Amino acid sequence: MNSVVCISHVPDTEARIKVAGKGVDETGLKFIVSPYDEYALEEAIRIKDAKGGDVTVLTFGPDRAAQALRECLARGATKAIHIKGDASTADALGIAKVLAAAIKTVPHDLVFFGKQGVGTDNGLVGPMVAELLGYPQVNVVTKLEVGEGKITVHREIEAAEEIIESSMPAVITAQKGLNEPRYASLKGIMAAKKVPIDTKSVADLGLQDADIFHQRVVMVSLELPPEKSGGRKIDGSDPVAAAKEILKYIREEAKAL
Amino acid sequence: MPGILVYCELKDGKLKKTSREALSIARKLAGSVGGDVVAVAVDAAYSTEKNAAALEAKVKEVQPAVLLFPGTSNGRDLAPRIAARLGVGVASDVDRLAWTDGKLRARRPVYSGKAFATVEITGTPAIATCRPNAFPVEEGAADPRVVNLPVPAIETKAKTIETKTPEAGEISIAEADIIVSGGRGLKEAANYSYIRDLAHAIGGAVGASRATVDAGWIDHQHQVGQTGRVVSPSLYIAAGISGAIQHLAGMSSSKHIIAINKDPEAAIFRVADLGVVGDLFQILPALTEEVKKAKGAH
Ligand SMILES: Cc1cc2nc3c(=O)[nH]c(=O)nc-3n(C[C@H](O)[C@H](O)[C@H](O)COP(=O)(O)OP(=O)(O)OC[C@H]3O[C@@H](n4cnc5c(N)ncnc54)[C@H](O)[C@@H]3O)c2cc1C
Ligand SMILES: Nc1ncnc2c1ncn2[C@@H]1O[C@H](COP(=O)(O)O)[C@@H](O)[C@H]1O
Repeated sequence: MNSVVCISHVPDTEARIKVAGKGVDETGLKFIVSPYDEYALEEAIRIKDAKGGDVTVLTFGPDRAAQALRECLARGATKAIHIKGDASTADALGIAKVLAAAIKTVPHDLVFFGKQGVGTDNGLVGPMVAELLGYPQVNVVTKLEVGEGKITVHREIEAAEEIIESSMPAVITAQKGLNEPRYASLKGIMAAKKVPIDTKSVADLGLQDADIFHQRVVMVSLELPPEKSGGRKIDGSDPVAAAKEILKYIREEAKAL
Repeated sequence: MPGILVYCELKDGKLKKTSREALSIARKLAGSVGGDVVAVAVDAAYSTEKNAAALEAKVKEVQPAVLLFPGTSNGRDLAPRIAARLGVGVASDVDRLAWTDGKLRARRPVYSGKAFATVEITGTPAIATCRPNAFPVEEGAADPRVVNLPVPAIETKAKTIETKTPEAGEISIAEADIIVSGGRGLKEAANYSYIRDLAHAIGGAVGASRATVDAGWIDHQHQVGQTGRVVSPSLYIAAGISGAIQHLAGMSSSKHIIAINKDPEAAIFRVADLGVVGDLFQILPALTEEVKKAKGAH
């Protein structure tokens, strides 16, 4: 069983976002493996530990994205591919085209994604890759069982759950709850340093820059929301009085009752 | 004449609220886009592969300028699939849409609402998924006739073998108009009953901070925040939640926010329209009583 896990390298969730032009000002920002991608990676490693095979981590991004691959190798991925380029100026379909082309170069039964990249908040790239490769997809997955030539997958939908059976190869997008991601061990970190990262350009994959960058979905502007100043504060030491005041707010201002 | 195609979802033969929201914004755009609004649905159990094929056929027939989806689980499953098939882009989870200079412009929250991106979608059709609760339903406007798409008889690679439906009366935070959320201030799992009782009385959904999800007090389906759901209900009530940046990212775009916290310095008060400094174990039951009384009086 071989898996490919697509990893995006994103600003730390604690970061305060600053805008520079039409993008995010990266100075001083700490970048991490996108949190949902960690569940994807963990699942692929568990499958490899149980059934053998390779876990290839794949990223499309600038030089710094190589750190994300090293982190994944330290946790137990066995191979890494880095497609270099400024993915922040590519739309989701552009990114999907790059990843699909790279995925085709390695053997695989399952292709993993996060349910969405933290930051882009798109949830687009996984299903787009599935379509480009002609694979079935199961989105927002909280449980995965690998059987003989097929998988059984639990998918989260609005306050409910679907159980889906699919053939392989297939695309899975991971949701929190799928597993508990491990930390890298010291031994893993040392071993990861020896694994070469296969680095390529978009052109090496036979793709044209003009089909990937500044296409289909084009950024017009990026803005910060107006700072909220905080509203009225009341003393809750008399619970009944406070409850009456809250109810008044709910009815008269929020008009929710 | 090419106009706007809206992929709709039905429940018991009726349009879901999220679909009516997408139709409402479609009607508003129709004047400037030109052409009709066509509502389509596939009235059968959801399958990515079948619904994509059914919708693809309709898009080729109608050739719409714009294709809208409700931003539900299945809407967000299908939109990227169909976009990749047609070779066009998608703006996902948008909260504003406009037709400017012959192109669809969308605003979408990024970094869980820490910033807003305005994007232009080139290519035809321009596709967007509409964030639940972002577009008001036009009351009074008659629901259009929904065209039921024929389900193609194709062999699919993935099949749904079972759907576990939620407990009766449970509302998903993704679509709820009112959310009552609890945090570590609840002290233990059993005390979620304080949140549930109020949610039930007021007709809202139960939300949670990550601290309580990680502690195993409640299922992660309820988590609000940067790595949970990003929600924008009309009313969000946070009790015993400190207001960490990852939590604020998931709820600060709610239209009205009430926070109950015993610490007057809690960060949650910075985004609250009404902040109540006090003990949730006293205030929540009193509020639940008041809500019940108010509802009973109707
Ligand atoms: C990568 C990453 C992603 C994350 N994603 C999310 C996310 O999506 N969502 C999320 O919520 N968090 C997220 N977090 C966690 C976040 O940083 C906080 O740890 C978490 O939100 C804290 O939860 P809390 O407010 O319930 O708990 P606490 O911070 O412990 O706050 C408890 C509050 O309860 C109050 N309190 C206590 N007793 C009472 C009482 N009797 N009456 C009234 N008030 C009382 C206290 O004053 C305090 O303010 C993430 C963290 C990381 C690192
Ligand atoms: N530049 C990228 N390189 C590798 N994987 C990516 C990249 N962008 C997105 N992904 C993957 O696609 C998922 C969904 O991203 P998005 O569609 O941007 O929300 C992420 O969780 C990653 O698994």
